[in-house]
Amino acid sequence: MGDHLFEFLLRQGDNTLILSHRISEWCGHAPIIEEDIALANIALDLLGQTQMWLGLAAEVEGAGRSADDLAMLRDAWDFRNAILVERPNGDFGQTMMRQFLFDAYHVELLNRLVNSTDERIAAIAAKSLKEVDYHVERSASTVIALGDGSEESHSRMQAALDDQWTFAGELFETDAGDHALNDAGIAPLPSELRAGFNTRAIAVLGDATLNIPETTFAHSGGRSGKRHSEHLGHLLTQMQWLQRAYPGATW
Amino acid sequence: MSDHDTSPRTEWPLWEIFIRGQHGMSHRHVGSLHAPDAEMAIKNARDVYTRRNEGVSIWVVEAKKITASSPSDKGPMYEPSQSKVYRHPTFFDIPDDVGAM
Repeated sequence: MGDHLFEFLLRQGDNTLILSHRISEWCGHAPIIEEDIALANIALDLLGQTQMWLGLAAEVEGAGRSADDLAMLRDAWDFRNAILVERPNGDFGQTMMRQFLFDAYHVELLNRLVNSTDERIAAIAAKSLKEVDYHVERSASTVIALGDGSEESHSRMQAALDDQWTFAGELFETDAGDHALNDAGIAPLPSELRAGFNTRAIAVLGDATLNIPETTFAHSGGRSGKRHSEHLGHLLTQMQWLQRAYPGATW
Repeated sequence: MSDHDTSPRTEWPLWEIFIRGQHGMSHRHVGSLHAPDAEMAIKNARDVYTRRNEGVSIWVVEAKKITASSPSDKGPMYEPSQSKVYRHPTFFDIPDDVGAM
């Protein structure tokens, strides 16, 4: 169970860490200052959640590593985030579409984790949920505004959805470890979250006048760590270079 | 050049933001920001002006909907009251029991 729990916690912390880093790349570059500040806030929320998830992961592992060690000293194949969150930002519309797809999954997950039999997990979920409720409200309204906006914004959002829909499927991938945690009442099966995600996605994307691609194909390989995209390594060189070049540096 | 086009038609409207603080009784003007509509203005205000726990309630008003007094009317508008000390209730003895007023 310890291994399954560690794996589960890495998946949570790596999703929030890698997405946080991606969003932080917009800092100083967003189309308008209000969005710039909002995206930076969301990146910081996710980074705070990462500290809690990876902090607990390090505690559960019991190998003397800290949350910082897990974040800054692991290589690409040790990461357990879904491929969706490591993909490049693309244009602002692609970033917001990815954000909405992740938020819609994230809020379903946290709504279940607040009832976890593991009190530490339930506490992290309760704290995160307040933030993520806002994230999904914001990303959904932006997706609707841009999808149901001008001809150009609509076509960009449709392209973003076509591009990313097949990457969302991995979030609901379920393995033996998920079953073990579910049997212990620690976490829901990811596959159980799909229905709630679909309901929200259909409503929001419908309001955005966007068509959901008719495919059941889903990319995978991120949450198992077996086959990340080529983008993760590039992201890590940016995120980890300081600890790699100056081991143990603090400020 | 089109990248630097700042003509009004490409700009989102300006909104004036009012926040009621944790301990304050009334909403106070805190600044302004751009947003496409009122709902986004509230979301933006939440991110720009309440990230350090400054408020419990937000009002947004589209700046063009505000009617302001004209600075050139300053004389006729405000100066006549300067010489009318009797309008200030400073000539009454306030009983101690009443406390601060």
